[in-house]
Amino acid sequence: MVGYIVNRLLAAIPTLLGVAVITFLLMRAVPGDVVTSLVGLEANVSPERMAELRRLFGLDLPLHVQFGQWLGAVLQGDLGSSLRTGREVAQDLALRFPVTLQLTLMGLFTALLIAVPLGVLAAIRRGGFVDYFASLFAILGLSVPGFFLALLLILLFALALGWLPPAGFVPLAENPGENFRHMILPALSLGLILAGAVTRILRSSMLEVLSRDYIRTARAKGLSERVVIFRHALRNALIPVVTVIGIQFGSLLGGAVIIEQVFSLPGVGRFALEGINLRDYPVVQGTVLFVASAAVLVNLLVDLLYSLIDPRIRYE
Amino acid sequence: MTTTSPNSQLALVVRALLRNRSAVIGGIITLLVLLGALLAPIIAPWDPLKFDPPNRLSGPSPAHWLGTDQYGRDLLSRVLYGARFSLSVAAVSVLAGLLVGGTLGLLAGYFRGWLDLTISRLADILIAYPAILLAIAFLAFLGGGFINLVLAISVVFVGPFIRVARAAVLTVREELYVEAGRAMGASDARIIFRTILPNAAAPLIVEVTLRFAYAVLAEAALSFLGLGIQPPFPALGSMVSEGRAFLSLSPWGSLVPGCAIVLMVLGFNLLGDGLRDALDPRLQKA
Repeated sequence: MVGYIVNRLLAAIPTLLGVAVITFLLMRAVPGDVVTSLVGLEANVSPERMAELRRLFGLDLPLHVQFGQWLGAVLQGDLGSSLRTGREVAQDLALRFPVTLQLTLMGLFTALLIAVPLGVLAAIRRGGFVDYFASLFAILGLSVPGFFLALLLILLFALALGWLPPAGFVPLAENPGENFRHMILPALSLGLILAGAVTRILRSSMLEVLSRDYIRTARAKGLSERVVIFRHALRNALIPVVTVIGIQFGSLLGGAVIIEQVFSLPGVGRFALEGINLRDYPVVQGTVLFVASAAVLVNLLVDLLYSLIDPRIRYE
Repeated sequence: MTTTSPNSQLALVVRALLRNRSAVIGGIITLLVLLGALLAPIIAPWDPLKFDPPNRLSGPSPAHWLGTDQYGRDLLSRVLYGARFSLSVAAVSVLAGLLVGGTLGLLAGYFRGWLDLTISRLADILIAYPAILLAIAFLAFLGGGFINLVLAISVVFVGPFIRVARAAVLTVREELYVEAGRAMGASDARIIFRTILPNAAAPLIVEVTLRFAYAVLAEAALSFLGLGIQPPFPALGSMVSEGRAFLSLSPWGSLVPGCAIVLMVLGFNLLGDGLRDALDPRLQKA
């Protein structure tokens, strides 16, 4: 098991290095660098002063030297400092990551809360009303853009009913109740869409499992339908669901970028967007590498989860 | 191997599609959307850029069937033109992704060895890269506009197309008919494009329809973030975004383009699902 984890982590290194190189080159290819964007409209800054600023930020060095310096620092856990605020990128990420993590986890929880009962019921009552409803829900989940769903939820729950705030954020440590109230709509926007994909896969995998011999055996033994469904069928049907969640995690983070923007949440996605708009290289490089590493880790975690759900799966 | 002519294969697929109710609904929606987008210059009741301040933020009326936006511009006309733009971006992005990713995947699966290793690694990197950030970074580098949107979205598609094409080739490359082609002295290019490609096309076709839906969603998301085409030209995503500020006064400005996006994507998804069932006999039985 440990050997497997180490191998998977080693295999991720070239991929993450590739992500780092692409990000580095993309940001450098952007017309206009951070100095131009910092100086902005101030026309009275002399070219000498601009050159001095570029030297200060190390932007005058050859590309491979800049990349080497950045990578060397990353390996020591230093993601550099924002060219704009001077704050350490790792420190800002540590502040913002909990917001994105909370959003993603609440979204995931919402998705499972809706999708597991709906997917199971749809499979049990195949061809019935619940099944049709589940199919409709699933295809809508795959077809509605997250930002539009967010607006619909704001329109209904914030503007029409006035139950929840339309945007904004309160830190969890400051006021847990208010934090929760502010996170409900963002989490619903993210979760309802994921719920579509999970319902769909759970329904079809439940249908497949329910037709297996061991389910017939379980029923023949006289086990109650509840035990057959939840202990025998659902557990086996969950494996593809875990795979889908693992695959969807990347798009969940991608969705979080937009949802954070709509609800003005100070998360990692919004941090990256601000960085891209301001050409703040260290912010963008650090954030993208962080998000890609998180996706790699989640996929590894998903693989390890398989063996928990299905003890026959063992990693050597 | 049993052989069926391409015509009878096509007839089988069409028959299976017509039997599938959701595929038929998806097909009808897609057809209507395509017609609306293609005929936008003819059927749009108003100039999509024409300001009409006295009529701003109005709801549906006989003059403006779907209402007007904050400048009094006709929402129906803007949605028709926006859909036209969205579909063009989606079509070209998917084709470009298929052309580059599909070809690389074919080569990787056919030749294996170091070429496969290099191409598969490239696919891993592209897939590991957070898709929306990759597209955003590309647009920040290139600026908005049609071609840049296409580039940004198709780059995201290259990785998945490599994987699908490679996997499809791997399943057929050891078949006897490929072996036979080789024994008869056929060139690699002939084997890849005349023998392997037609037999590995089904998963690629399905991937194309599903990516089409994804492309429409991606274009909408990027336009929503203000990275697409510049105003006043209508793009569905940016229309939803512009309408946000007036949500409590008149929700039509966001609702109408938002529903148009949902309808388009829904059509492609239903059609794509139906196509997958029709092309995959295993799924059909299930």
